[in-house]
Formats: sequence, structure tokens, C-alpha cells
Amino acid sequence: MIEAVGLRKVYPLKQREVVALDGVDLHVEQGEIFGVVGQSGAGKSTLLRCVNLLERPTSGTVSVDGRELTALPAAGLRRARRGIGMVHQHFALLSSRTVAANVAFPLEIAGVPRARRAARVGELLELVGLADKAKAYPAQLSGGQKQRVGIARALASDPKVLLSDEATSALDPATTESILELLRDLNHQLGLTILLITHEMDVIKRICDSAAIMENGSFREAGKVLDLIGTPDSLLAASLFPLPATDVPDAVALTYPRSFDEPLMSELTRRFDVDVNVLGGAVENVAGTSVGRLNVQVRGANRGAALRFLSDKGLLVREAGR
Amino acid sequence: MSWTEELAQRWPEMSEVLWYGTLDTLYMVLWATVFSVLVGLPLGVLLVTTDRGGLTPAPLVKAVLGAVVNIGRSLPFIVLMVAVLSLTRLLIGTTLGPTAAIVPLSIGAIPFFARLVETAVREVDREVIEAAHAMGARKLTIVGKVLLPEALPGLVAGLIMTVVALVSYSAMAGAIGGGGLGDIAIREGYQRFDDYYLWATVILLVIIVQAAQSLGDFIIRRVSHR
Repeated sequence: MIEAVGLRKVYPLKQREVVALDGVDLHVEQGEIFGVVGQSGAGKSTLLRCVNLLERPTSGTVSVDGRELTALPAAGLRRARRGIGMVHQHFALLSSRTVAANVAFPLEIAGVPRARRAARVGELLELVGLADKAKAYPAQLSGGQKQRVGIARALASDPKVLLSDEATSALDPATTESILELLRDLNHQLGLTILLITHEMDVIKRICDSAAIMENGSFREAGKVLDLIGTPDSLLAASLFPLPATDVPDAVALTYPRSFDEPLMSELTRRFDVDVNVLGGAVENVAGTSVGRLNVQVRGANRGAALRFLSDKGLLVREAGR
Repeated sequence: MSWTEELAQRWPEMSEVLWYGTLDTLYMVLWATVFSVLVGLPLGVLLVTTDRGGLTPAPLVKAVLGAVVNIGRSLPFIVLMVAVLSLTRLLIGTTLGPTAAIVPLSIGAIPFFARLVETAVREVDREVIEAAHAMGARKLTIVGKVLLPEALPGLVAGLIMTVVALVSYSAMAGAIGGGGLGDIAIREGYQRFDDYYLWATVILLVIIVQAAQSLGDFIIRRVSHR
């Protein structure tokens, strides 16, 4: 749905050049939620702005829904942008307009007649649960409500793609939760493809199907979240389940890329006659699947065979001790 | 004769003079305000949009406009008035009377208002402008539907400051034959030592300024939803 190839963005300064994007390939499938996570200054924001060409990449191409945006003339680009919704960190609502008029704004830009606008605005406010706030001004709303208005506005022109620029970063945890839920629902109900950037691992964990970790203008790691978690030495897995490094002898780090019904540990001790001592662990619900990491100490004569057994079962096993 | 008796005796004649003086002042100020908005508003918007990183970046245009505005702002009004006398004669046919005064008043107020417009428009949240771009809005749409409405409270405040400045300019215009309350204050009050006229004009000027400010505050309250 979103296809970006070889994106580079260089800002020429007086003394030197700043490379914000250093050859990024982005591939977002139809109907998925793709999260780009990274520290501030990693280039996430530039990447997102390159997708709807708010920033024009120095080189590389961007296609959305099969249309190459980087090849479009100004008028064509404006039309294409109407099919790409965007949600902003600080909501970007017009303070001079009511909630309803804010949501109607993209429809005005697209030249939708007044009567159709009113009907659509009603639907959208219903969808985000703010039907009773139509006549309020943004200043009278809470942060979460403002972001709901921002989302309703982004959806006004029926986009296939939604870009989310740190949509929850200015919100408190409970509100963040409800906005993420809303995005997830919209993704399910409308088949909306969502590309979001965030600095919170939590957002990736909660709603993303795919993710990329960005550092210094390029992707360190990208793919399906569950695949990444099942990849040895995955940065994403390490960030999602931060376990303290252990210096216990014979320790191993086990990653559960899915939930297991069978009692693996007791089977391990029974079959291989090894001692298993749990040192630390974390289990999280990621992309609807229960996954986890466990640091355990495994000792005994059959240690090698025991660890092989776990690998065969589908766990990721890595020596973590001294 | 006490001053109240004297005032009562002179009032019929004075009130007529003051009435027409007030009308002349309002006439000058109103028309100068109209021209200030017509020219100053687009000028102020251009000062923002021609910025590097603005809506329509054009550093050269920006530099020229900025310089023109600064020249206008740096001249004391009384000097500007004299400096544009020949232009006034060319446009109006005379340099005397309220209509002639509208020319220097407008020229003086346009750069003043333009800077106030610039400040108000610059305050508009960049993220909101970016959001409009992301929705596929044209530049003119962004000016008309984002910049101006979002800056409206600031624009009204700037307009009122301009009106108040124009009232004071118009009094100066009176000094070189522009008519209006300033003219009365100087000719009757200052040159003929007539305190009744002096204080009457002072009171009327205060009332005009006060009324303009109150009206402005009322409008700002109505249009501001921050």
C-alpha cells in the first residue's frame, strides 16, 4: 500500500550536510498497522513527511496505493493527498472552527457540497464517539477528545492510508490506550492501512502488525512484529522484553514467539534430568499473541540435549550466562 | 460669569463646530482605515508567506516589502504628511481638508497595520498549516481558510490599534489644514487660547478612542475561541 524505495533526505546547512534519511526502503502492506520506532532525531518524522511529500526526498521514490507520488505534478499531488489521512502529535486543529467545522475542513478542500459534508461529519463524529461535541471549540476539549477530532478529520475524505505522527505522545497513559484502541478498531472495521511513528515501544507492542526500528536515518530492523520477536538477537525483542543481563553460570535466554499449551519446563526436567531455575521473565501480549522472554539457568549432564529439545519446540534459545 | 454659565452661553455655537469636527475626524479615520486594510492586510500576509520556509518563499520580495514597510514606519507622521503633499495634490487636487488628509493618513497607517498583521499571522500554528497541506489544500485556500481565520483575534486587535493611531494621526493632520478635532484643538484651543475648545476636543478624542477599543474588545471576545 505504501512503497518507498531508496529514500534519502539531506538538509544542506552552511557548514555541513545533515542526512535525515539515509536510504530507507519502506514496504507497508494493505490493511496492516506499521510502526516506526526510534529516538527523536532518528529520522522518523522526516520519513513520515516524505510519504505524503510534506518533505520532498532528496532521492528515492514514494508510491501510495499504486500511484507514484514523487512523479506527480503539484495538482495531482494535492489530489493524491486527499486519499491519505494524517494525524498530528499536537492535533493541529483549527482553533477558530467548531469540532464539526474542523472535521468538514478536508471535505471543503475537496469541494464536497455542503449537504453531503454535514451528513459525513455526523457519521465521522459518531465513529469516534464525539457526536455530542459537534458545536464545541477545540479549546473546550481534552487532549484525547482533540485527537479523536483529529482522527475523524483525517478520515473525512475516506482515505485508504492513515499517517500518524506521534499521535499519542502528548496524551496521558489512559487516553493513549483509548486512542490506540480506536486506531486498532478503524484498522479492523475500515481495512485502513496505518503507518505510525512513535518513540514508545508500547505503541508497537499494542497495535502494530509490523515494525521498524530506526536509527540515524535508516532502519536497523524491519518486518512483522512476531517474526522479529522470533529472530535471534532482535533489537525489537530486546526492547520489548528488557531483561537484565545475567552473570549466572549456564544461563540461557528463551524467547517464546507464541504461547505454548504444553508444560515445557516440567517436561524438560523430567525427560532430561536437568535442574531449571527461573532467573527472570516477561510475558506480553503482542499483536494479539502472547509472547515472552525468560532467563533460566539450566544445569545437568543432558543440558545440550535439553536445549535442543526447546529449539525443536520452536523456542529461541540463546546462551546468556558466562 | 462662572465657567458653567459661559459654557452654557457658548454651547450652541461650540456644539456645532465640535459636531462637524467630530464628523470630519471620523470620516478621515474611517476611510484611512479602509485603505489600510485593503493594502496593509495583503502586505502583512505577504511578509509572512514570502519567508524562507513560508507558503510562497521569495526572499527578494520579502526584502523589498520589508524595506518599504520600514521606511513608512520610520518617518514621524508629521514629516510623512509634509513629504507626501505633492502626491496628495496629485490625487485629490488639494492639500487642504479632511479628504486630502486621507492620503497621508493611509500611507502612514498601511505599514503600521501591515506589521501588526504580520505578527498576528506569524502566530498561526505551523502544524495546522502543515495539516492543511497534508489535506491537499491550495496555497490560496490556506491563506483564506487557515491563516486569516486563525489569526482573526490578532487581526482585530491590530485593526483597533491602527484606528487609535489614526485618531492621533488625524489630530496631527489638523495642524496642517486637515480639519477635524485636531484642527479645532490647535486653532481654537492653542492659537486663540480658548480652553473650552481645547478641553472639549480632548474629551471627544478620548471618547472616540475609548469607543473604538471597547468595540474591538467586544469583537475579539466573540471571535476568539482559544
